[in-house]
Amino acid sequence: MAIREMSEEEVRGRVRALLAEAHPDRVSQFEFRGKQYDHGLAWVHFPEGYGGLGISPRLQAVVNDEIRRHAETVYEDMQINPIGIGMGAPTVLTHGTEWMKKNLLRRVFTAEDIWCQLFSEPGAGSDVAGLATRAVRDGDHWVVNGQKVWTSLAHISKWGMLLARTDPDAPKHSGMSYFLLDLETPGVEVRPLHHLTGEAEFNEVFLSDVRIPAERMFATEGEGWKVAITTLMNERTAIGGAASRKGGGSIGALLDLWKARRGLTAETETILRDRVARLYVEAELLRLTALRARAAQKAGNPGPEGSISKLAHAELNKRIWECAMEVIGDDSLLYEAGYRRRRPSGESFATRVALAKYQFLRSRANSIEGGTSEVMRNILGERVLGLPGEPRTDKDVPWKNIPRSA
Amino acid sequence: MDFEFTPEHEELRQTVRRFLERESPEARVRALMETAAGYDERVWKRMAEELGLPGLVIPERHGGAGLGPVELAIAMEEMGRVLLCAPYLSTGVLSVYALLQVASEEERGRLLPEIASGALIAAVALPPQAGSGDGACRATREAGAWRLDGSAGFVIDGHVADVVLVVARTAEGLGLFRVEGGAAGLRRTALPTLDLTRKLSRLEFSAVSAAAVSAGDASAGLERALALTIAALGAEQLGGAQRCLEAATEYAKTRLQFGRPIGSYQAIKHKCADLLVEVEFARSAAYHAAFRARAGNDAEAAEAAHMAKAYCSEAYFHAAAESIQIHGGMGFTWEHPAHLYFKRAKASAVLFGDPIHHRRELARQIGI
Repeated sequence: MAIREMSEEEVRGRVRALLAEAHPDRVSQFEFRGKQYDHGLAWVHFPEGYGGLGISPRLQAVVNDEIRRHAETVYEDMQINPIGIGMGAPTVLTHGTEWMKKNLLRRVFTAEDIWCQLFSEPGAGSDVAGLATRAVRDGDHWVVNGQKVWTSLAHISKWGMLLARTDPDAPKHSGMSYFLLDLETPGVEVRPLHHLTGEAEFNEVFLSDVRIPAERMFATEGEGWKVAITTLMNERTAIGGAASRKGGGSIGALLDLWKARRGLTAETETILRDRVARLYVEAELLRLTALRARAAQKAGNPGPEGSISKLAHAELNKRIWECAMEVIGDDSLLYEAGYRRRRPSGESFATRVALAKYQFLRSRANSIEGGTSEVMRNILGERVLGLPGEPRTDKDVPWKNIPRSA
Repeated sequence: MDFEFTPEHEELRQTVRRFLERESPEARVRALMETAAGYDERVWKRMAEELGLPGLVIPERHGGAGLGPVELAIAMEEMGRVLLCAPYLSTGVLSVYALLQVASEEERGRLLPEIASGALIAAVALPPQAGSGDGACRATREAGAWRLDGSAGFVIDGHVADVVLVVARTAEGLGLFRVEGGAAGLRRTALPTLDLTRKLSRLEFSAVSAAAVSAGDASAGLERALALTIAALGAEQLGGAQRCLEAATEYAKTRLQFGRPIGSYQAIKHKCADLLVEVEFARSAAYHAAFRARAGNDAEAAEAAHMAKAYCSEAYFHAAAESIQIHGGMGFTWEHPAHLYFKRAKASAVLFGDPIHHRRELARQIGI
């Protein structure tokens, strides 16, 4: 994809032209975002006609900034359609068919269609390439049977990115294919999965004789892993590159808690202040490292440096909320919000203390979801530092002969 | 914009790296660290004449290269990689910044061209830092002339300096004073240092006649000079940390135990991955401090400098410590260079205030 030069001023001019035609404070989300897509301002590094202008991805920040300057209503990609925008769109652009690009990308960006990712299974977590969900060809359809797990948003999704095994006789990595699944298809059952806060942010998805039209395959049969890598690399960037405002996000919340601290002894305060300052430094450096990577990044999909941010963010975020609990002190014995079994409502917590307690619990998943910290360290060690891999017993044998957890 | 490096920056890096590969290989570092002076005068001259390094941030009108903190960071990073034994931190960084921040035009004109040409080694005698209770100097005026009394501990390259710039208390606050290295009443004692590659000495002043370099209270300017110096030191620490990570990784790829490279074990691989994250964070910290120093907003530059000194110190120490561990028994020998980095890392973490000190300063600055 050749990159076209465009000045920041011209980009800002184009945003103002968009706002003159459709202003987010006056028209609906779908209408405004649709127009933003049509103007090539959805993902500026995408080609023209697909929501972009074929210019440097760095200029997306200019677009977002210009919208913020002129509008009260600001839609955050990661809130309205995190998986569709963060992972689905780049996967469609890189490996999708012409039909997919024409019919899916605009509705992903407007969030008319919510997306989910159907990779993990009860028997395939870190080793996602070991997955067992089967897809068997039947005329011009594929028939899918199996179970997926940890599927965020499946209960409200239109489309799922489904990784399934099409050739159990092939070695694990070469026997998979990647499908676009319509979640309204008969045989798809979505059940809530409650995690340790009591909420069901995730789902289990059961697939029973689900028929998928053959043309809804990404790339070709047996190339599923290659497509999945594109999705996963974008996931790491989407997760790791989140906080970009100085003193924002989790560290901002910790600083607020610190400023409102009560009842700490002078000695505890001295110790905790050093910890808060240390966490502030690391949060700043995480933010600056993302900026530095962006300054160095050329066009296209992110490389393994996304794994640096993912690992650092996960470990740091857990420590920030652990520290927050110490700042809260004895009151951390209580959990006022209660462990209600429900869908996350998106409602805000009554106090910042209540939010901190929730985040203390929720952040444990940071180093598991989207690739565990252990897997991230393997990726950094092997792909960035060039260290040799572990000897493998599952590489060049047919998938069906590899031992699996029940 | 932060982090925007130009092709000229890359060229500078390559030039310095090639020079140091030739002039400061490990064998030379080992030879020089055993000498009393601690540096090679001939190499120092060449650093000045061929590369303009001592005068890198000295304005052109004073005979320097007229470059800034970003270029200095690049040079310091390269020096840190090879543990260069030279009075660069004392002369080319701290003395130059102190003079640029507080000295009269006359004093700048007197000293900066000499530093730039490589003819003059300068050291700065600072009041006690956080973590070191040693020494304090007082300047008094007697019949129109200044006299210095007191002492200063941990003066970098103080034993070889042609000129010592002394920060001393006066009736008006802090002032900077110039003393000749061989002045009567000045006693210089070289100290046995943890880090042999950077020499420290203790200076005692007894009615030493001095010239005032600054006028009035120079506290704010000295503060700025120190912030610029620790920003540059952060880059030196980054270079050392990067080298430790490289050495440990190279060794982990080739050392075989139980029939395979030790780097294939996750116990070692994950150590290296964690170091990689820390080195990349240290890089962000050091470069950010350099770009903020160049931008010239004092508060922002100081905040970035505190962050860099706090973070790069610990990242370097951790990388050096883990390098010894990953090298195993070999890493614990005198013969292997791992301990030279370990000692430099620890010493540079303590110089100009340890990480706790800088986090406390940062906390004050961001109001927590």
